[in-house]
Amino acid sequence: MAGEPTASETPWLDQDAKPFICIKGVTKKFGEFIAVNNVDLDIYQGELFCLLGGSGCGKTTLLRMLAGFETPTSGQILIDGIDMSNVPPYERPTNMMFQSYALFPHMTVEKNVAFGLKQDKVPNDEITDRVHDILKLVELQDFKKRKPQQLSGGQRQRVALARALVKEPKLLLLDEPLAALDKKLREQTQFELANIQEQVGITFVVVTHDQEEAMTLSSRIAVMDKGQFMQTGTPTEIYEFPESRFVADFIGSANIVEGKITEDNADHVRVSTDLGEIYIDHGQSTKEGSRVWVAIRPEKVHLSKKPPSKKGPNQAEGMVDDIGYLGNTSIYKIRLKNDRIIDVTAPNQIRPKSRTHQITWEDKVYLGWDASSAMLLKK
Amino acid sequence: MYNKRSGFLTFMVTAGLAFLYIPMILLVIYSFNKSKLVPVWGGWSTRWYSVLFQSEDVWEAVSLSLKIAVVNATFATILGTLAGLAMVRFGRFRGRTLFGGMLVAPLVMPEVITGLSLLVLFISLNQIIGWPAERGFTTITIAHITFSLAYVAVIIQARLTGMGETLEEAALDLGAKPFRVLTDITVPRLAPGMVAGWLLAFTLSLDDLVIASFVTGPGANTLPILIFSRIRLGLRPDINALATIIILFVAICVAIAALIMYQQQKRIERDEQIANQEVL
Repeated sequence: MAGEPTASETPWLDQDAKPFICIKGVTKKFGEFIAVNNVDLDIYQGELFCLLGGSGCGKTTLLRMLAGFETPTSGQILIDGIDMSNVPPYERPTNMMFQSYALFPHMTVEKNVAFGLKQDKVPNDEITDRVHDILKLVELQDFKKRKPQQLSGGQRQRVALARALVKEPKLLLLDEPLAALDKKLREQTQFELANIQEQVGITFVVVTHDQEEAMTLSSRIAVMDKGQFMQTGTPTEIYEFPESRFVADFIGSANIVEGKITEDNADHVRVSTDLGEIYIDHGQSTKEGSRVWVAIRPEKVHLSKKPPSKKGPNQAEGMVDDIGYLGNTSIYKIRLKNDRIIDVTAPNQIRPKSRTHQITWEDKVYLGWDASSAMLLKK
Repeated sequence: MYNKRSGFLTFMVTAGLAFLYIPMILLVIYSFNKSKLVPVWGGWSTRWYSVLFQSEDVWEAVSLSLKIAVVNATFATILGTLAGLAMVRFGRFRGRTLFGGMLVAPLVMPEVITGLSLLVLFISLNQIIGWPAERGFTTITIAHITFSLAYVAVIIQARLTGMGETLEEAALDLGAKPFRVLTDITVPRLAPGMVAGWLLAFTLSLDDLVIASFVTGPGANTLPILIFSRIRLGLRPDINALATIIILFVAICVAIAALIMYQQQKRIERDEQIANQEVL
């Protein structure tokens, strides 16, 4: 590997890096409905890129335009520097893994996987070898002669992956690759998928509505809503530095309060909200008095039955209104004096001695958070 | 409410089945009638079967009907499948609504009108280009194809819509050109629909009296035409014998179909079992 490791791992920060996929001002309309609205995006070689959004946000339409099943109403898509406008799906250097897997029911696992190679007129013994190798990679070498109906959901998923990978595409498109699996299998497969991507080194573009899946898998995530990108960034950027209320709320959960900036300095901001005064330890170039929102993640709020030693910003008090016990963590709904409910999650680090918890219903509690925890949102 | 066996329900089922099957049972019994008169019982005999096997006109009619039915079913399946594909898979094209309407028109058109209009067509064609020189096998087959293909198209459209396009897209994505997708993916997946369409077209053709009567010519008698003309001349019990043989033939076909379906069901259950075993 030549070059700086930082540059190859985060090519999107490198000014000179050449993007592998260029989406330039792409719009897709279905009649009057705008599915994808004038989006621009660069994806780099070797990335595992996630398009994340709710249903109807346009993520699948965008993926289908990359595969060639839909043509953009306007705009341009370049893959590896080549304009894809007039390239039909069967001539694109992409392969897709479909949500329902789309395995051919009248063919065995082996024939399903070999189908793509046969279309390219690859010699027969090479087909046999490559099918064997790829089935070994997904650990299905003993299932060659089975029909798709004779496989479990997880096995079908791996056949679909093998069939898409065997042609060694430059770009692999995955439409909700794990949606049809049950929870345990999904968690396990997330890591397998990421491992396989590292092994084969192909660029993956994954469409998902599951933020956990997106966070675990991807190098970068684009959060989509109403046909547009709300924010693009690494999982950490998206989660810790959301740019809007939509992103803060969509990824994970957040307590969002509206407020006014009362002080805006280079190294800190003070915001007055109905959560009291909030102090944030980084500057934000906004006008004093302007309307903003502050988001605080439930796990970043400390919960205590003891009042804080000294009064200051980033504090609140309230009553425990409800508790959701999840085993490893608990979600506390804290009702403030002004009836606002604040969510707090806390790990259950100590096994309770009795069957009741230390903090329980109707307890008076004190909330606090670090100056770095609150996130200032301008929209 | 339903687990208590209601006398009324039992009665209705029995009456319904009796209404459907008693005439057929009577027909079979009367085919072994010794008497020359159809409605008069004269004791058991198989003489009408030997009469039947000696009557050449019946066998000619049977063979003509079968020939027409096979050719008709084959062409109707091919054309109907293409029409169905055009309707479902080709998106919007000019005149699609009109084409769709025209495709189903033969289903609702009264047979006499179809028959008459085809007769007019054949006569004028004969006058203009001298073809068809005489009416018979060719004209009946063409007439049957025109209405059978509508039934096939309906079946194929329903199956195509139910199948969705994902498998075809997957094949395109894997590098198959559109024609390969048609031959390797669409047609194999459509096969059950095409078989059903073929059988339906075959049956429709075998069954048709009205249209065939219009477009047939001298000497070309299909089985329904023959039976119908016999009725006018006075029934002979050898027709009962023929009907019995047809019933037997149909019963065997239905039994085979049921057996195949039973085995398919078994296979699906077995596949599910295999799939589940691996998880455990």
